[in-house]
Order: sequence, then C-alpha cells, then structure tokens
Amino acid sequence: MMNFSLRLCALGVLALAISSPAAAFTAYVSNEKGNSISIIDTDKMAVVKTVKVGQRPRGIALSQDGGQLFICAGDEDAIQILDTRTLEIIGHLPSGPDPELLILSPDGKLLYTSNENNNLVTAIDVATRKAVAEIPVGVEPEGMALSPDGKVLVNTSETTNMAHLIDTQTRKIFANVLVDARPRSAQFTPDGSELWVSAEVGGTVSVIDAASHQVKQKIAFTIPGLSKEAIQPVGVRFTQDGAKAFVALGPANRVAVIDAATKRIEKYLLVGQRVWQLAFTPDGKYLYTTNGVSNDVSVIDVAALKVVKSIAVGSFPWGVAIARQ
Amino acid sequence: MIFTRCVLAGFLAMTLTAAVLPARAAEIVSVKAGFIRAPHPRETISILDIPADDDGVAGARLAVEDNNTTGRFLDQAFAIEDVRLKSGEDPVAALKGLAAAGASLILVDLPAAETLALANAAKDADILLFNVGAPDETLREENCRANMIHVAPSHAMLADGLAQYLVWKQWKRWLLMKGSHPQDQLYADALRRSAKKFGAKIVDERAYEDLGGGRRSDSGSVQTQRLVPVATQNAPAYDVLVAADESDVFANYLPYRTFDPRPVAGSAGLKPVSWDASHEQWGAIQLQNRFAKLAARRMNERDNQAWIAMRMIGEAAARTRSKDPKTIRDYLTGPDFSIAAFKGQKLTLRRWNQQLRQPILLGDGRMIVSVSPQEGFLHQTSELDTLGVDQPETKCKLQ
Repeated sequence: MMNFSLRLCALGVLALAISSPAAAFTAYVSNEKGNSISIIDTDKMAVVKTVKVGQRPRGIALSQDGGQLFICAGDEDAIQILDTRTLEIIGHLPSGPDPELLILSPDGKLLYTSNENNNLVTAIDVATRKAVAEIPVGVEPEGMALSPDGKVLVNTSETTNMAHLIDTQTRKIFANVLVDARPRSAQFTPDGSELWVSAEVGGTVSVIDAASHQVKQKIAFTIPGLSKEAIQPVGVRFTQDGAKAFVALGPANRVAVIDAATKRIEKYLLVGQRVWQLAFTPDGKYLYTTNGVSNDVSVIDVAALKVVKSIAVGSFPWGVAIARQ
Repeated sequence: MIFTRCVLAGFLAMTLTAAVLPARAAEIVSVKAGFIRAPHPRETISILDIPADDDGVAGARLAVEDNNTTGRFLDQAFAIEDVRLKSGEDPVAALKGLAAAGASLILVDLPAAETLALANAAKDADILLFNVGAPDETLREENCRANMIHVAPSHAMLADGLAQYLVWKQWKRWLLMKGSHPQDQLYADALRRSAKKFGAKIVDERAYEDLGGGRRSDSGSVQTQRLVPVATQNAPAYDVLVAADESDVFANYLPYRTFDPRPVAGSAGLKPVSWDASHEQWGAIQLQNRFAKLAARRMNERDNQAWIAMRMIGEAAARTRSKDPKTIRDYLTGPDFSIAAFKGQKLTLRRWNQQLRQPILLGDGRMIVSVSPQEGFLHQTSELDTLGVDQPETKCKLQ
C-alpha cells in the first residue's frame, strides 16, 4: 500500500522531470527467468524493446563504446555478445561453466568473469574471444570489481566468505579478506581508497582499506518492522563524486543511501521486491534498480533521493547496464 | 567394527595452490572431524528412497572440499573420518577410536538413545558433537547437552513448518494417521502440538499397525489400492490427511488412495524437510550441482544436514583460526555466528538449546511447494523461532 502511494506521488515528480529532458540513454536489463533483455529508453522511462537471449541471463556489461552487450547466459555455459544496434547475438565468449557476473577491464580489452561451478575467475581476451587466464578462487565466486586504475581485480566467493584481491598484471591473488556470510558484490570507491563488499546473508557491508587490506568498518542496517534476516545487501554503487553510496537490500525492498565518508545511513528508499543490482545513468542523475520478484525496475532521482518511476520489465530482472546512446 | 577411512586430500589441495599464496612461513592447521553413523534401513516403500552407502557422509565430504578451498587461503586443512556402525556395535567405542585418532569434532547420525549416550560419554572429554540425524525433541529439551549442537531440525520444527502452511491454506481440519513405532508417536505428538499452536483441529486419529513384512512386491499396488480406502473411510469431514510414519511403513501408500479425495501431508505427500533434491532457490542449485558431481546422486536431508555441520566447523575454524572444540563451540554459540545454507536467510543457533534455527522446506518430492515460516507468523526476536519449541517454553538446562 505504502509502495503504491509512494509511486503515485512519484508520478507527479516525474511529470516535472520530463519537462526538462535529460540526454536519452539506453538501459539494458537482463531477465533471469524471462530469458530476455529489456531495453529501456531512459528519457521515456519505458521499455522500447525486448530481445530474446540465451537461458538464464544474469550479469551483463557493455563494451566501452556501448556497441556490444556481454551477457552471462548461465544455463548455456556461455557469454553471449549482443550487437546493440542490430539487437542480434553476434557471437559467444568461452566463459567456462555457469558464468554469473562479468566486468570489463578499463581499456576494454579483457573481460573477467566468475564461474560459480568450478571456483575460477576467467580472463577473456575480447578481441580474440579466447580465455587467457584462469585464477583459482574460493567456493562459488560471484562479485567482481576493478580498482579505478585497473591494477586490482576483486572477486567475492559466496561460500568461502572472502574478497580475493588479484593483481591484474601477475594474475595472482595477493590478499584474501574474510567478510560476512555470502558476499555478493564488491565496489571500489571512485578514489580507489576503499573497497566495499556486501554480504547478502550476513546482512552487512564490509569497508576494506584498499592499502592495508583490513576491514576497517562494517555497515549494518536496521529497518523498523523488518526482521534482521530480511535485510540482504547485494548491489553497491557510488556516485561519481564518491560522496554517496547506494546499497540494494534484497528482500527488504529498499535501497540504502549512505554517506560514503561517515558511513552513516541517510535514507532508505522503498523500491520493488527483492532489489539486487544497480546502475547509474551516465550523467549520474538517475539510479536504476532491478527488482526480481516484482518484475520491475525502479528509477531513483539521485539528487532528490526519491523513487520517481517503476518500469515493468521481463520475468525476474537481475542485471542492469546503461549505455550513452 | 568397520572403519571406512576417508581422509580427504586437503594437503594435496594446499600444495597445488601454494602458488597463489603470498610468501609466508605457512604452518598448516589440520582440522580433523569424525562421522559416526548407523545405516538407515534399506526397507523403503519407494525404491527412490533406498539410502546409498555414503548416505549422509557424502554431504560432510562435500563440505570438507568446500572448507579446504577456503582453507588454502588460511593455511587450514580439513578431513573427516567415517565410521559406519554395524548392527549392535557400540557407538561409544567408535567415539573413543576417533578421539584417539585425533578427531574431536564429531558428526553423529544415530537414533536418539545412542546420540545421547555419545554426549554422556564425551562429557568430560574435549569433544564437540553435532547431531545431524535425530529429530527427537528430548535431545533438545530435558536431555539437552552442552557438548552437542543440533543441526537436524526437531520434530516440533518440522511439524510447525507444515502446520503454518496448512493453516495459511485454510486446511485446518486434519485427519491424523499414525504408525505403531515409538518414533511415529513422537512425530504425532509434535503434529498435535502444532495443530493446537496454530489453530488447526485434528478431527480424528487412526493408527496403522506395522505387521512387518516386505514393503515392495510385484503386485503390491493391487492390494494397497483396496486397503487404503478402507483404512481412511468413515472419517469426520476433513481437509487434509496428516501422516506420522517415521519408519516408512505406510504413509507413502496414502496419496491418491484415500477414501475421500484429500491431499496427504506429513510423512508423505507434502513433507516438511530440511532439504530436498529438488530445492534450487537462493543459489541452492550450486550446492546441488557440486553434490551431484561428488556423489553421483542427489542430495537428501541427511547429506545436507551433514554438509551444514561440517561447514559450521569450517566457518568457526576460519573465523577463530582454531580447531579447539571449546573455541569452536564458543564461536558457534556466540553472537557473531551465522551461516549461509541456501535457504534464503542466515541460520543461527538458539543459544538456550544449541539448535540451528532454519526455515523448513515443504516439498512433494518433485518440487518445493513452499518454505516456512509463512508470512504473517510473527515473532519478537526471529520469525524462525515460530518453528519449534521457543525459549520461554524450553525445558533445556545446558550442562
């Protein structure tokens, strides 16, 4: 009920927002059970097209020029390449079994992916479409992050409960940091000084000092009326200036807004059900959230800290990536 | 006594992956666990339920592999020694044998009396036991022991998990059919308690006498389809037949054969369980895949309970950097412990009786129909404590 009235009032805010259109970006949302990608025009805040892709698409990432979308199709043991102009699958990358998440190197040449079934992180050369390295990590590798300078690759392993810090030159692990149960997502602060790791089952975000590899703080969440078990942090994103962090809290149906300097939680934004992944529009004005159970995407106005729209997408939306075009 | 020695190659894994470790003088801590079990009867109604030779212990072995993957980053190596008792063999002697071999963290899949005997025998030893098999309430209540952690859900937790769903469905009139074994009485007691707790009504109780004899035969279906309608006819109006049959004597014959067309729940039909081979939510498919690869079969409840127990040992050892049973127990019963077990939320221990809090899956053997606690069953500390005997009513005094 509360969610409904919030969205209703958000429509008014939306009407205002539309009067001064932002640049039109394209948001891609993977629908885990829909086996499709929903394509959203961020100006219209509406789905303009739905493309059938491989089975169980989860993690997605865009090439640097936005011309290609890499899609982890877990049940096909493949990473598919979608041409974002023709919207056709133009090829596959050798991913290893059950790829779930991927991240592109800053120069756009390498794709790193986590393979849950064989405890490996695989590095793939995008140009030659060949796997060039496999790095053994903990049990059920999931979250992937790169430091802003591209020198450190981070992988989180869900059952080992660690963040593995990997030197991208030597491709060797140089530090393992224990965090809380089932770490799902990792993200460096834009200045590279801190690494934030969310623990879905542990219910916390560990703030790791990037230099010393020590957990310097754990952020916990309390929401009146919700049991502690329902608070399950997954996606983490920082504003470009590094001032604020947004953390998706899964079945708590909320996104936490955190002051990145003080680690104080400023606000909880009510979004759709089981919110998992997050992505900013390239201008940083809006944050898109994938809400798996309610089959929609919530759009957050970053300056106003308000949910301004929910957009119906396919079945069980999981990943989101937003291109400039 | 048959000792099936199965010490997994933790050290080998360590050597192979040493390259990824930073250079440091690594002293490997070896964490040795034991598993004492008595084979479960092969006399089952369905051939699908015949237990494998590595029933239960296969789950522990998978967790040893998982722990070793983590352990290579922490210089810890895990191993488990499996002791499979023959009929009539003394479990206490097995425990002594394991202790002498250096195993002080012991998983137990035995009936309640033997499980309690082990706890009593280990009272003054430096040993921590994990009950991964016995659902009996008494082990968590009047006969609770400080040296035993309960990973298996109790009868009351299972019955409450089922009752919440049946009440949510508005199937509140139950016909209870119970077997003649003491275990059936205990499960029936738990179902009666759950009915009272959540507002269901048992309209009639029927007993099914176990007269012995084979469960399966070539022409079995002909007889049972004539027998079950007779056993279930003339019942007061009811919504669901709830069966308490812990020995697999009759419950699996009930579905589709009752006099009135009614669903069956409890020991057959919709079963409250800790795990099912069909469970895949919350990343469980990953555990199912790993298990199928290791054991060449599907994971059952006992395998899963053993996996969780061994993972609890791994988790405690990783966090405390210790293998000492007292340190492990302090961590597991302390405020910092929680474990992820593919059930949608963290599992923790009830400090008052050392029972693992856990959601209860409701499965029909093909699919997970629902997971309890059901929405709307509230609790002041944890909704998981709506399942089973709660702190204010416990008779447990840990010693």
